[in-house]
Amino acid sequence: MNFQAIKSIYIAEMARTKRTIFQSVISPVISTVLYFVVFGAAIGSRITEVDGVSYGAFIVPGLIMLSLMTQSLSNASFGIYFPRFTGTIFEVLSAPVSFFEITIAYVGAAATKSIVVGLIILGTANFFVDLQIQHPVFMALFFILTAVTFALLGFIIGIWADNFEKLQFVPLLIVTPLAFLGGSFYSINMLPEFWQTVTLANPVVYLISGFRWSFYGSADVSLWLSLLMTMIFLAGSLAVIHWIFKTGYRLKP
Amino acid sequence: MAPILSVRQLEKTYEGGFQALKSVSLDIQKGEVFALLGPNGAGKTTLISAICGLVKPTSGTVTVGGFDIQSDFRKARQLIGLVPQEMPTAPFEIVGDSVAFSRGLFGLRPDRSKIDAILKDLTLYEKRTSQIMALSGGMKRRLLVAKALAHEPQILFLDEPTAGVDVELRHDMWRIVGRLRDTGVTIILTTHYIEEAEEMADRVGVINKGEIILVENKTELMRKLGRKVLTLTLAEPLAEIPGSLAEFDLTLSEDKHFLTYAYDTQAERTGITSLMSALAAAGIRFQDLQTDQSSLEDIFVDLVRNGEASGL
Repeated sequence: MNFQAIKSIYIAEMARTKRTIFQSVISPVISTVLYFVVFGAAIGSRITEVDGVSYGAFIVPGLIMLSLMTQSLSNASFGIYFPRFTGTIFEVLSAPVSFFEITIAYVGAAATKSIVVGLIILGTANFFVDLQIQHPVFMALFFILTAVTFALLGFIIGIWADNFEKLQFVPLLIVTPLAFLGGSFYSINMLPEFWQTVTLANPVVYLISGFRWSFYGSADVSLWLSLLMTMIFLAGSLAVIHWIFKTGYRLKP
Repeated sequence: MAPILSVRQLEKTYEGGFQALKSVSLDIQKGEVFALLGPNGAGKTTLISAICGLVKPTSGTVTVGGFDIQSDFRKARQLIGLVPQEMPTAPFEIVGDSVAFSRGLFGLRPDRSKIDAILKDLTLYEKRTSQIMALSGGMKRRLLVAKALAHEPQILFLDEPTAGVDVELRHDMWRIVGRLRDTGVTIILTTHYIEEAEEMADRVGVINKGEIILVENKTELMRKLGRKVLTLTLAEPLAEIPGSLAEFDLTLSEDKHFLTYAYDTQAERTGITSLMSALAAAGIRFQDLQTDQSSLEDIFVDLVRNGEASGL
């Protein structure tokens, strides 16, 4: 293992975050805080409780998940796409670094960044609503698994995309709708029965449900099903990356 | 001595079906400067990319310092530094960090004194805290060399190191190459500029349409393929070449003032002495004479043209 190389890529990626602190940390935190000010205060005054939790507190896990997913995705996809775009990727590809090491470095950096953002949001939310975390171990597990899984997904998108349009396509048109419709702002039990069934086809539902369970002990679907789905997601992303490296897809003609 | 780089029957066919390399075999000795000449699209960059691991070869083998580039890629790549043709740089990165990053990719700690030495060597030390986008084109090129040298490689690939740079920069680059050669680094460069190969290379390879059509010691090549032309400036214009000179391959210029005689420097007899006597016998006097040796450029153009003519 070329640990020094992993470290170098990781440090370079984190330095990029530092250079773009406003875009990569402050702006997602502000927009998420706006969400729970608007939803929690304006709408929360009409919906008093969901599953025995105040609405303001209820939406916090969903909002953290939402930003965790979108941040991991955009950090990782941009992190690998930009060097491809400028051509500097040649340096990494011609160095004694394996694809496995490249993935660990880029995905690790992207996941770290979104975890930092998620933690800041969690800390900020604490000022606005009364939070409780009943199962901190599971919470950390869902937190990390989601960040890593979506960073892997972002990494795949960053390799697949050959223009900026495609780079934005999946996050904006697929993942954001799935995240919004995955129960970030509501319990799926609030939906009509037909839509409850349809919603179960949305993989994000399982992530948010599991994460919310670790806070309040109540969930839309069972904890183990949530965990299983998260693992399947993770395994799927790893399989695609394995294929990319095996074939050299978009990286090595 | 075993070659430091050995390419055997390397082939590359791109996905679209374009065959960029056709059974290329090449040996490079340690410490030499090898110039790879060829027109655009000849396969120069593909060959370098395949050796450096940027392109997957379709078939064939490459060993660097005895290590196979696929099965032993870490050891093989450790020996190689690459300066690519385009100048890909991350605009927002800091110069010093960028060199440290390159070094790190090769598993080496960011040793400040080594990095500073490399930056000083390439006169970039003053710029070590600048963002890359603030560098001029020439500095960016030197930075790419610095990054390629950051892990102290034994072989340096320079893909068109002086494409589109001004004369001063080009000489600057030649000096850098000269210094590296003195430290024992093997250098493989591709170029359009024959002048460059003539100036720097020990050996020259010519590649065209994915095939190496010639590899030769530079001076040997110039001697072997070099034809000389003798031009005589006549004292008085000559109406036509007299019959007594028919046995010589002479050409009379349009304005009848110059006689040219082409000969092979390698031939047993160049025919110059007998030409002189024949001229004297015919009563032709001349004011001046001049000989010209064909440059590597002429040789190169000849080779590529002949290759095309014979359907290569």
